[in-house]
Amino acid sequence: MSRHGGFSLSRWWSIVGKEFLQLRRDRVTFAMIVGLPIIQMALFGYAINTAPKHLDTAIISSDNTTITRSFIWAMRNSEYFKFVGELPNEAAGREALAQGKVLFVVSIPAGFTRQLLRGERPALLIEADATDSTATATAISALNGITQSVIQKELTGPLAPLAGAPAPFEVKVHQLYNPENITQYNVVPGLMGVILALTMVMMTSLAITRERERGTMENLLAMPATPLEVMTGKILPYIGIGLIQATIILLGARFVFDVPLFGDIGAVYLVVLLFVAANLTVGITLSSLAQNQLQAVQLTIFYFLPNLLLSGFMFPFQGMPAWAQVLGNLLPLTYFNRLIRGIMLKGNGWIESWPSVWPLIVFTLVVMLIAVKTYRRTLD
Amino acid sequence: MTTAANADFAIDVQGLHKHFGQKHVVNNVSLQVRRGEIFGFLGPNGSGKTTTIRMMCGLLKPDSGSGTCLGYDILRQSAAIKCSVGYMTQRFSFWDDLTIAENLDFVARIYGIPNRRETVRQTIADLGLTGRARQLAGELSGGWKQRMALAACMLHNPKLLLLDEPTAGVDPKARRDFWDELQGLAASGISVLVSTHYMDEASRCHKLAYIAYGKLLAQGTAAEVIAQQNLSSWAIYGDRLIELQNILRNQPGVDQTVIFGDGLHVSGLDAAALERSVQAVIADKALRAAKIDTGLEDVFIYMMSGTADNFRGET
Repeated sequence: MSRHGGFSLSRWWSIVGKEFLQLRRDRVTFAMIVGLPIIQMALFGYAINTAPKHLDTAIISSDNTTITRSFIWAMRNSEYFKFVGELPNEAAGREALAQGKVLFVVSIPAGFTRQLLRGERPALLIEADATDSTATATAISALNGITQSVIQKELTGPLAPLAGAPAPFEVKVHQLYNPENITQYNVVPGLMGVILALTMVMMTSLAITRERERGTMENLLAMPATPLEVMTGKILPYIGIGLIQATIILLGARFVFDVPLFGDIGAVYLVVLLFVAANLTVGITLSSLAQNQLQAVQLTIFYFLPNLLLSGFMFPFQGMPAWAQVLGNLLPLTYFNRLIRGIMLKGNGWIESWPSVWPLIVFTLVVMLIAVKTYRRTLD
Repeated sequence: MTTAANADFAIDVQGLHKHFGQKHVVNNVSLQVRRGEIFGFLGPNGSGKTTTIRMMCGLLKPDSGSGTCLGYDILRQSAAIKCSVGYMTQRFSFWDDLTIAENLDFVARIYGIPNRRETVRQTIADLGLTGRARQLAGELSGGWKQRMALAACMLHNPKLLLLDEPTAGVDPKARRDFWDELQGLAASGISVLVSTHYMDEASRCHKLAYIAYGKLLAQGTAAEVIAQQNLSSWAIYGDRLIELQNILRNQPGVDQTVIFGDGLHVSGLDAAALERSVQAVIADKALRAAKIDTGLEDVFIYMMSGTADNFRGET
């Protein structure tokens, strides 16, 4: 009754059933299968906005009149700019830009309105953090329209003659840090973080899971080596690998892409070490969760994807909706991107870097605690 | 426990229990292994042998129970135990992607062996692997892997060897060589606890313990273990033994029938009833029956089927 050759439906069905059984038992893979499309959909569908709006803007106003207020209103109404506060002077403006607190600083010089009314064509200064050129480009190009609308609205009646060409006032845009809008300036330093995150997490989680999968971990633990020795001893080589990777990217940035390095090279490596430590703790935690090497790889990708998409590497951080920014602020790559771009492109020092350094330290300590907890549990 | 007892025994554990979740994997196991003794640990797959061995070498903490291993407390002194015990895992658990020399050198470093280079070189020479020291361990055959693993376990001169099914999947010649080596080690005063499924290996042990479903069912020398079960056995020689087995299985006095290469072994607790049944069955046939000493294998198969029934009865 049974056919030996050809396709047997019952045989095939039993294989399907077995496959489902195995899949159901492999919870991690199952979670990945479900979780990945959901997360990707959420990220690509909602979070990513290539024409970012509501970019944080500060104002230094030395001339408060109907016309200047109208200009600020017009900027706000364009939805590209979001005014987050007023700063006392230019130095404070530069500091806010360097720390990445704001992307734009609008300076209205003293006597702006008076000069305008005299027909002296005064200038309004807008300084932009152009490190991430995609984030600011759209907003900057919208300024022309904003200027026109202010002229048409305010310069009416007796002031109408001023509205003729050339425009009665000028909007000067200073693109700081990356005046030529070269994308590589932004992408290449960012790439360092992406590559470090992927390799560090994947290598450590694989290295430890491999021991467990092949049974060599049992042998190791039966020897006098303590778990802490095994763990730290196993991850140490990867710190070296991380430094090598960082060096390769720095050399590429310098000699291939001509990315400037305004900051201290020592600071770059210090930040790299901190970031590597953060990712190694993640790798150890994942290795405790994974039953085998395949799961370790899957978990790594699961961790890596939001890092890639929400850290400001691929898409402007400021352009993401608030909830995506909150998620992004939990990821070490977000801070590393800010740090490495700040140090390389803005020449940031310790004070400007600190706001991104401490979150990395906190992240590392918290995950290390989780790693130790989960590791102990897998021993017995 | 007195210090004298500690000096006599390499392993002396009482009332070990271990649960994995709801499963009672090791249930009240007590073992005593004398110094210089080869102690065979037998039992079906999943009976708790590996877990018991892991508890004795300090890899796992028992839920309850106490005892010493080489005089060290198994609960509190696992670090000291690890330093003086050689543990060989069931699966080959050295690094396939390291060479033989690298594997041995790594182990030697972990144990902090003095004269490391010389010890490793000598070990490789003793193994007869000098020419292949740079070969990857993963490329070795099963028998060579076992020999390398044993050599690695012996690098730090342990006084006790815990071997978890060391000869599984190894050919008979390699197995016999392996056991010759073990007996040499025992003669030099090293204690060996070895788990196995092979009867020829069991018969080479000084003492045996049989464990099933986490419970220790018998312990002692081979003769003692056989005697404890009180089985009488007959061997029947002739043709068509399978038919005969089917008939005998349901006869009074017959508790177990097993066909070996040389004949049908019939065992039972009631010697008189067994003899009557055997004689009745062969009476009108061209068969020959002889009373034999009950073998270890007869006893183990008997214990294995008996406990399986007990276990089902409990649940």
